[in-house]
Amino acid sequence: MTDTFLRRLGFAVVALFLAGPLIVVAGVSFNEKQSLTFPPEGFSMAWYGQIFTDPGWRSALIASVLLAALSAALAVLIALPLSWFLWRRIAPWANVFRLLGVAPFILPPVITALGLLTFWATIGFYGQPWTAVISHAIFFVTLPLVTLSLGFSSIDRSLVEAAATMGADDRLVLRTVVLPLILPYLVSGYAFAFVLSLNEYIVAYMTVGFTMETLPIKIFNALRYGYTPTMASVSVFFVAIAAVVFALIARFGDLPRLLGAMASDES
Amino acid sequence: MRREPPRTIADYTPLAFPAIMLIIFFVVPFSTMIAVSFFRRQQGGFYTPDFVIDNYGRFLSAFFGGVLGFSLMLAIMVAVICVAIAFPFTYLLTKTSRRVQIVWLVCLLSVLSLSEVIIGFAWSTLFSRTAGITNLLVAAGLMSEPQALLPGFGAVLTGMVYQALPYTILVLYPALVRLDPTLLEAARTLGASPLRGFINIIVPALRNTIVATLIMVFVFALGSYLLPQILGRPRHWTLSVLITDQAIYQSNMPFAAAMAVFLVLISLALVGLTLLVGGRREATA
Repeated sequence: MTDTFLRRLGFAVVALFLAGPLIVVAGVSFNEKQSLTFPPEGFSMAWYGQIFTDPGWRSALIASVLLAALSAALAVLIALPLSWFLWRRIAPWANVFRLLGVAPFILPPVITALGLLTFWATIGFYGQPWTAVISHAIFFVTLPLVTLSLGFSSIDRSLVEAAATMGADDRLVLRTVVLPLILPYLVSGYAFAFVLSLNEYIVAYMTVGFTMETLPIKIFNALRYGYTPTMASVSVFFVAIAAVVFALIARFGDLPRLLGAMASDES
Repeated sequence: MRREPPRTIADYTPLAFPAIMLIIFFVVPFSTMIAVSFFRRQQGGFYTPDFVIDNYGRFLSAFFGGVLGFSLMLAIMVAVICVAIAFPFTYLLTKTSRRVQIVWLVCLLSVLSLSEVIIGFAWSTLFSRTAGITNLLVAAGLMSEPQALLPGFGAVLTGMVYQALPYTILVLYPALVRLDPTLLEAARTLGASPLRGFINIIVPALRNTIVATLIMVFVFALGSYLLPQILGRPRHWTLSVLITDQAIYQSNMPFAAAMAVFLVLISLALVGLTLLVGGRREATA
C-alpha cells in the first residue's frame, strides 16, 4: 500500500517539476492586459493571435519553420546515403564519417557554433540565411543518422537476398525493398531534427544572429527589452508542436525502441 | 545481397555527398577554429594569421580560473542531482505499463527539445515577483509578501537541472529497460524488501551505467550557455557563456577559439572515459 503511494508521489513530484514552469507560462499567456501576472487577470487569446499578426513575430515564425524544414531535409539527405553505405558495404574506415556526424551533437553546442562562425566569416558568407540551413543540417545530422542506422540494422537480410536472387540490382532493391522498410525511421529522423532545429538558439545566433531572427533569437532579444505575454504564447505554441510531433512518432513508430537505440549509440 | 567490400570507384559514390558535406562543413570549420586560436588579435575585432600562444596564456589568469572552476562545479552539481532523481524515477518508470511509459517518453522528449531560451523564460517567470511561486506561498499564509527568487545561484541550478533531467532519464532508460528482472526477484525471494533490493542489487549491478551517465550529463551541462545569463548574475557565467561573450561582444575571436579548443579537450577526455567505462561494462557482462 505505502509502496504504491510513494511511487505515485514520486511520479507526481517529477511531473509537477517538469510541468510547473509550463503551466505558469501557459497561465501568463492568457493575461488580458500586457502584464505577466499569475494567476492571469482576465482571459484573452489575443497573444496567440499576435504570433501570426504582428509582423516581427510572424516573420520570425516563418524564418524558423523554413530553417527547420530545409535543414532537417538536408540532414536526412546526408544521413541516408551514409547509413545505406555503412549497411551495404564492409568498409570499417567509413565509420569515421559516422563519428563525424555524431560529434557535433555530443560536444558542447557552443563549439560547433563557434567553428561555423569562424568558417562562414573566413569565406565571406557570414550572415547569409542559407548558411544557417547548412549549419543546422550538420549540427543535427546525428538524429537521422542514428534512426536510419537503426532502421537498416532491423532489415531482414534474407528479404534483400531474395530480391537479389530474383535478379534485382542495387537500385531496384533500394527502391522496392529497402526504402519502404526504413521509411518510418526516415520520417522520425526528419521529425527529431525538425523539432530540435525549431528550438535551437546558439548555432543560429552565431551564424545569422544579426541578419535573421528565428523565434528563439526573437524571444531572447525580447527578453532584454521587457517581457510580453506574446513570448509566453510562443513558448506554449512550441511545446504543443513538440508534443504533437513526438506523439505522432510514438503513434506510428516504436518510440521505446527508437530511444533505446539512440541512447546506446550515444554512450 | 550480402555485405561486401566496395570494389569499384562507383561503389563509393553514395559516400561522396555525405563525406563532402561533413568534411567541408564540420572538419574544415573545426580546423579553422583551432587555427584561429593561434592567431594574433588586432584592435577593432580583426585577427591576422600568426602563431602565438598568448590566447592560451590567458588561461592562467585568476578570472579564467574562477570561471572554469565555477563551470565545473556547477556541471558536477547538476549531474549528481539529475542522476540522484532520475535513477530511481527511471527504474520505477520501466516497471509501469508500456502505455504509461510512452506517454512519459513523449512528455520528456517535448521538454528536452525545448529551447534554452524558453526554459530560461519559463523559470524566470516562475521565480518572478508578479507571477512566481512566492505568490502561492503568500496565499497559503507562509510568506508576508511575494519576492523575486532571481537572479541567483539557486535559480541557475534549478533551471539547469530542469534542462538536464529529461536527458538523464532518456540516457538511463535503455539500460534500465534491459535490466534482468530475475535479479530483483531473487532478492525478493530471499526476503529483501523492494527498497533494499533496489539499493543492494540494482544500484551495484548498474554501477558503470551510473558513472557513464554522470559523465554524459556533466558534458551536457557544460554546454549550457543561456540559462546562466537569464537566471544568474555575471559571476554565475560559465565557460560556454564566456566563449559566446568573447566571440560576439568583445570581438576577440582568437581567445574565444582557444577557450573552445580547451572545452573540446575536456569534453573529449570525458567522453573517452565514458567509452572506457562502457567497454568495461560489456567486458564484465
